[in-house]
Amino acid sequence: MESDYVLQMDGVSKEYSGNRVLKNVSLSVKRGEIHALMGENGAGKSTLMNILFGMPVIHNTGGFEGSILLDGCPATISNPQEAMQAGIGMVHQEFMLIPGFTVTENIKVGRELTKPTFFSRIFGKSLETLDFGTMKQDARRALDTVGLGIEEHVRIAGLPVGYMQFIEIAREIDKTGIRLLVFDEPTAVLTESEAARLLAAMRDIAAQGIAIIFITHRLDEVMTVSDSVTILRDGELVTRMPTADTNVHQIAELMVGRKIGGQLTAAEERRQTREGIALKLRDLCVDMPGEALEGVDLDIREGEIFGVGGLAGQGKLGIPNGIMGLYPATGSVELFGEALDFDKLGDALQKGVAFVSEDRRGVGLLLEDSVRLNIIFTAMQINNQFLKGNMLDTREANHHAQEMVKNLDIRCTSIHQVVGDLSGGNQQKVCVARALATNPRLLFVSEPTRGIDIGAKRLVLDLLRRINEEQGMTIVMVSSELVELRSICDRIAIVSDGQVSAIMSPTDSDVNFGLAMSGIRVGAGGPAEELGGEQA
Amino acid sequence: MSDGLIKRIGWPRIIISAVLVMLILTAMLTGMDWVSLINDMVRRWGQYGILVLAMVPGIQCGIGLNFGVSLGIVGGLLGGLISMELTGQYGLWMSMTPAGRAWMMLLTALVAGIAISTLIGIGYGFLLNNVKGSEMTVSTYVGFSAIAFMNIMWLILPFKNGEIMLPLGGSGLRQTITLEFSFGSVLNNFLMLKIPLAGKVLTIPTGLLLFFFLVCFIVWLFFRSKPGMTMTAAGSNGAFARANGINVNKTRILGTTISTILGGVGIITYAQSYGFLQLYNAPMMMGFTCVASVLIGGATIRRAGVSNVVAGTLMFQGLLALGLPVANNIIPVSSLSEVSRLIISNGIILYALSKSGGRSRG
Repeated sequence: MESDYVLQMDGVSKEYSGNRVLKNVSLSVKRGEIHALMGENGAGKSTLMNILFGMPVIHNTGGFEGSILLDGCPATISNPQEAMQAGIGMVHQEFMLIPGFTVTENIKVGRELTKPTFFSRIFGKSLETLDFGTMKQDARRALDTVGLGIEEHVRIAGLPVGYMQFIEIAREIDKTGIRLLVFDEPTAVLTESEAARLLAAMRDIAAQGIAIIFITHRLDEVMTVSDSVTILRDGELVTRMPTADTNVHQIAELMVGRKIGGQLTAAEERRQTREGIALKLRDLCVDMPGEALEGVDLDIREGEIFGVGGLAGQGKLGIPNGIMGLYPATGSVELFGEALDFDKLGDALQKGVAFVSEDRRGVGLLLEDSVRLNIIFTAMQINNQFLKGNMLDTREANHHAQEMVKNLDIRCTSIHQVVGDLSGGNQQKVCVARALATNPRLLFVSEPTRGIDIGAKRLVLDLLRRINEEQGMTIVMVSSELVELRSICDRIAIVSDGQVSAIMSPTDSDVNFGLAMSGIRVGAGGPAEELGGEQA
Repeated sequence: MSDGLIKRIGWPRIIISAVLVMLILTAMLTGMDWVSLINDMVRRWGQYGILVLAMVPGIQCGIGLNFGVSLGIVGGLLGGLISMELTGQYGLWMSMTPAGRAWMMLLTALVAGIAISTLIGIGYGFLLNNVKGSEMTVSTYVGFSAIAFMNIMWLILPFKNGEIMLPLGGSGLRQTITLEFSFGSVLNNFLMLKIPLAGKVLTIPTGLLLFFFLVCFIVWLFFRSKPGMTMTAAGSNGAFARANGINVNKTRILGTTISTILGGVGIITYAQSYGFLQLYNAPMMMGFTCVASVLIGGATIRRAGVSNVVAGTLMFQGLLALGLPVANNIIPVSSLSEVSRLIISNGIILYALSKSGGRSRG
């Protein structure tokens, strides 16, 4: 039986130890179609994909209910190898590439082409040599399909993240018989121009008849590239519809299931900021790999929300990380008139600065510890709060943690739940709670909305604004999401090539922002320059 | 509810507990002297407890399983020797009653042992800070080297007391030194309970257990204090700690030092219960026993608590104290006990490492 649909998953249900994560969900994708799969974190997208790929986690927990049809024929996929043989490929969010190997080797790994040699004729196939010529040609073809003009013999180590993403895709489409490709948030780590190029590549791939499942949080990308969209919410299918029949607003609303107050809009002109200077940077240089900062002068006023934007890899993350002492820094930093001592560990914390790191799981949280400990830790460490003598004051700590959980709407079973088990948005709120517990005068938030779903984004941004308005706390928000910066900041500095290229008002035109971010050479410094000539 | 409880206790521990109960029943049914087996188990529990406890600060501060606890053991042994030397050679505490003298000698041994272990621990901590990422390998070899080094030292250290020197004019210290006339069994005999049971006498070494629990309580308190919580955080996520202004190297040195001190205190407690100070190669594999015990108690190489120590030591020593005699009784092959001991302890270490070894540390 021929079918229009490459993949049909019907009536899929799944529970993890009594907890239903998928309830009667269907997903169908046509040949050559880009199908967006949307939903908040925890809506069941990953579980659905794990089922599709026959991941062991599914079978180890009692399998699933429902059926999978591939090209109209019932299929059982009981492990990832079978999924691969069935022509289903995955482009991962975290890159699965081997740094020491070349582009070709990475594309061909596990499926190397070989040619017979004298010895192999005698001793068998395992002594055949690698056929680098053909492999290179194959790799070239795959790279051309995704539009990456990189030499195929270059090593992966040191390539910009954007390139790695494309190489992943090239590896997937090089597999013969591929008919369905899953992109799991492929643009999350890309800059805007790279993302645009990726979307174009996706269209090319789909035009060759390969179906694509596109998982993303970015609504505008869905609107630009997808043909149809399936929305999940809390493990249930909300709707499947052609993208043409809907709009950003409707999708967002269906995903969260509650009205969200319109798109993020530019901040209205707001109250006066106070006179004093909260943070004064002079010639700040930070040696942070991939985000080096080379001589920045900035004055941030007390009581303002100051945005720092710019493309990935240009150095904007160097500002908070350098000031907090996480990477070596030089230059002068004055916090509320006091000079910061770079050599003293934690000096910025002592001077009333709190930091919500962009690396939530790596730097921001003790993943194996309770919500309570995470919330109180910095305050305990720096201000000796929540201590009785030198011992933990359990009552005080519980009280505060509970209050924070309530105020910030952190969804957890109790304050003793392990933070690693929370969803991304809730983890982010724990990070914010930890920073707030110290009663800081200045709060750095770095990429506060990275990897969290749209509902949680809104909550986090509203929260920042509320703190700023109610407590007059100075906030410096570093983000790659220009829209978000413009929605809550009073002023926005754009960092490019390790320096501040412009300080703008959120109401400035898109064109001006665009110019500030990309008026300079993209991909300067590092290997990108040698390899990525066509990008400049 | 019961699901959560099982998960919290963990299947391995439920199985081991079941095995222990089964062993006791088998011993009863086959007519063995099961009361003395239980006595043995309880005594070993207190005897090894503090040595196993030494694993906790090591794991929590981020150096992993402290196979180099032999360093602390050496410190404790030196403490014991110094105490005996002071009394035997210089007449310290000689004016006291024998009972009082035993206590004071134990105290002297502890004080001297802690002092020496502290110094060793700090140096050891500095060393481990220079080999981040391969602490467990290095600590294993440091432990072995320390034993080898002390094998030389035991021969040339200037002790003079006849009770601890090789007899008949040899030079160097004895292999095993009896504590019968110094501080042997003082803790064990303190408030000892003797309960008649099934025609035999169940003895509970109350003092030994009390001391073990006291040290456990101190360690538990420490991990609820600011330095303790700081150390735990630094051990589980170095980047997080730095972002909170914590000097990770310092907390690691502190953790390593506490672990070494507990090793010293642990061996003195062990020796007084066992009745002998054992020098030379005797403490060589003790680190492995400790590691196995804490792992069997549910600790991982990243996280350990006092409860893991209490449960783990009881189970591990229980398996040895009950399992081997019972097995010997059923299959009478000599030297089975030593072989099984090795299989059990190394098997548990291997199992635990395979469960949690692959994760990268912060």
